[in-house]
Amino acid sequence: MAAAAVEPRVVVVGAGPAGSRCVEALVKAGIRPLVIDESARSGGQIYRRQPDNFTRSAEQLYGSEAAKATRLHKSFDGLQGRFDYWPESLIWNLAGNRIFVVRGAQQCSVEFSSLVICSGATDRLLPVPGWNYSGCYSLGGAQIALKAQACAIGAEVVFMGTGPLLYLVAAQYAKAGARVAGVLDTSPFYRRVAALPDLLANPRALYHGLGLTASLYLKGVPVYSGVEPLAIEGDAAAGVSAVRFRDGRGREKQLHCDAVAMGYHLRPETQLADLARCQFDFDASTRQWLPRIDRDGRSTVADIYLAGDGARIRGADAAEASGELAALALLADRGQAVDSQRVARLQQQLGQLERFARGLAKAFPWPHQLAAQLADATVLCRCEVVTVGEMRSTIALTGASEANRAKAFSRVGMGRCQGRYCANAGAEVIAAATDGDICSAGRLRAQAPVKPLPLALVEVAPEDWLEVSAEGVDPVLKPAEAGL
Amino acid sequence: MKQIASDVVIVGGGIMGSSAALFLRQRGLSVTLLERDLIGQHASGTNFGNVRRQGRPLYQLPLANRASAIWRRAKELLDTDVEYIQGGHMRVCYRDRSEMVERMESYARDAKELGLELELLSAPAIHKRFPFLGPEVLAGSYSALDGHANPRLVSPAFARAAQRLGARIEENTRIILVEKVGEDFQVLSEAGTVYTAPNVLITTGAWGNELASQFRETAPLTSFGPNMSVTEPVPYCIKPSVGVFTTEEKETVYFRQIERGNVIIGGSTRAPGFPNTCRTHVRPQNTLSQLQQIRRLAPGLGQLRLIRVWSGTEGYLPDWQPIMGPSAVAAGLYYAFGFSGAGFQIGPGVGETMAELIASGQTSIDLEPYRPSRFSPEVG
Repeated sequence: MAAAAVEPRVVVVGAGPAGSRCVEALVKAGIRPLVIDESARSGGQIYRRQPDNFTRSAEQLYGSEAAKATRLHKSFDGLQGRFDYWPESLIWNLAGNRIFVVRGAQQCSVEFSSLVICSGATDRLLPVPGWNYSGCYSLGGAQIALKAQACAIGAEVVFMGTGPLLYLVAAQYAKAGARVAGVLDTSPFYRRVAALPDLLANPRALYHGLGLTASLYLKGVPVYSGVEPLAIEGDAAAGVSAVRFRDGRGREKQLHCDAVAMGYHLRPETQLADLARCQFDFDASTRQWLPRIDRDGRSTVADIYLAGDGARIRGADAAEASGELAALALLADRGQAVDSQRVARLQQQLGQLERFARGLAKAFPWPHQLAAQLADATVLCRCEVVTVGEMRSTIALTGASEANRAKAFSRVGMGRCQGRYCANAGAEVIAAATDGDICSAGRLRAQAPVKPLPLALVEVAPEDWLEVSAEGVDPVLKPAEAGL
Repeated sequence: MKQIASDVVIVGGGIMGSSAALFLRQRGLSVTLLERDLIGQHASGTNFGNVRRQGRPLYQLPLANRASAIWRRAKELLDTDVEYIQGGHMRVCYRDRSEMVERMESYARDAKELGLELELLSAPAIHKRFPFLGPEVLAGSYSALDGHANPRLVSPAFARAAQRLGARIEENTRIILVEKVGEDFQVLSEAGTVYTAPNVLITTGAWGNELASQFRETAPLTSFGPNMSVTEPVPYCIKPSVGVFTTEEKETVYFRQIERGNVIIGGSTRAPGFPNTCRTHVRPQNTLSQLQQIRRLAPGLGQLRLIRVWSGTEGYLPDWQPIMGPSAVAAGLYYAFGFSGAGFQIGPGVGETMAELIASGQTSIDLEPYRPSRFSPEVG
């Protein structure tokens, strides 16, 4: 391994709002970070950019957030040449201060001096009978199709779940001209009213949220609150044909559709923090395990910082603030002078946005009782095709009362997604089956690789990806050789 | 202080301890099995799952044969499916290590005397019969009556079977002290419970010395973790468990496919083990060397993706043989630990042998190679 030639680097993982602002602050302070991002272009999930030859305007793509998206993209693009950039690259494991990165079928490892993880979030999913049929997507997946490819996931789409993204993606589909067959929210309307005091911490976001709902009503999209999802109808061959649910008044209803987008607010992508052996705490308000951070984003492991939705679900504005704050913490920890007034302002801003995030968690709670009551025949783990009933009988037979133990015996969470789709619901099923509380059901420990890793990997030296020019000043990225 | 009495206290709920518990109950002795964490959670549950006899030292074959008979009736014995597949076990060597062929041949001759039938195959026949093997494979030795099983399921299945026969099983029970007081041992847990018994069996794997040292029988035990990976599932087509016979550690990779379709891959390089934290991690560079080597053995696997890697905490001794047999210091005290990364197949045989030894005072298995005092001449 010829890695010794490359000095340990300040590495930023992710180029969404948190990663982009982190890079900006680091570059401003004279550091040349290495930015590793899974996407081809910066922006992250919320400000995802379309491919080069697509021509939709920022307003079309990002609606009310167009100005923010443009500012973020410009900031990142404007710094090109002052950081090293490995797009379409994934850290699949790390050990000590060495990260292991895969791009296509190439792998490269490099040492870090500091690591800022801005890994973002994915949808939290609740199994429902039929969610394994083709035509079922996460809300995030539905949004990627639209943003990146200008495609809808179906001709007639039902949006089901809860959380701000439910309304956002439905409204984006409606605006783009897709037919939205309905929006089904498991959260009853009164929850949103009760959360108002916290939601007022970010009046602008609240206003936009209400605007989204209004736009759906204006377009005649049926919007239901307090629903109980019953089943996604269809069959394995033809895919989704309808969604059956009980409305807020307990009446059974059905909406015809050929695609369903689902999500119950978000869950942070914490595998890297976990593999770095950061400590986690149970957060009762969201019923999730979160990596422990201080107010600036320091994890419990020296030199590792966490920012954005990958640390906790606080939204894009908070991601920008927390990304910059983590960079300033990193600089301070390296003994560099930082603007303490700026730190205080960011901390205050983040505090405000955290209050708003708490409001959202109250307004759109995870319907854990639905997970606990899932019918036995429902597929719980889609990767390994394990039903809720099989999980329950495994628990009854073996006494497994903790997530990792139940995984070892039942295979739930053992497949391609490594529990990223099923772990939240799985923990609720375990807790309900063992009379334990959700906290004692624990959390699935992350196991490398972070995402499936090709066996055909070819190792390359960092110099192959970090080509230093003759003057040794402006390293430019050498494109990955295809097919290796 | 809570006191619990039985004929035998077993400390350590891996495959050795849980199978010993079952066989002791079958012999009518009362048994208490104590496990610091969860049954089969460490090395017994995280190993590759090879149920292989070939490649073991010839003197180990009687023990391996005894275990083999148990594996074949595991389903009835345990009343559950531990995914034992008698799909055969294949050892192959590469063209650039042709000297291994002779070693395989002589091993096969000697093993036959000891009841292990091996079929020798060479190119091109071996490629015709096992088309997934790479062109570098020169020859192989095939054992039809071996195979593989799911290590996550096996020890808990033994423990449940023992429990059904009346064994007392306590998980999350860490033992801090074993003392002989008069005729009985007093086994003290961290929580303050005293378990008393005239016989104690220590089957605590990589943690063996914690209690053995209390009898001045400290073994030169070190800890390593296996290097395990699993691929996404693909249609089931590979029956045998396959491994490389070589003198180069890096080249020693092995794989097996399970009916679900995933291919489990092990070997190449071990990582240091951490008994103190009870967590042993895969070193990413070891995964990389494993991938490189597995593509030599079975190039077709190169088209798959790994979805998960894991390791566990195993105990190793300098001669790669366990500490197994009666204590040289205290009558009624027995050990079976430190199986040096090769305990899974013989596990049930070890349990049955230790049960026989404790219940009857003797066993047909020659335990001399595993004598606990072999590393400490001043005690022996």
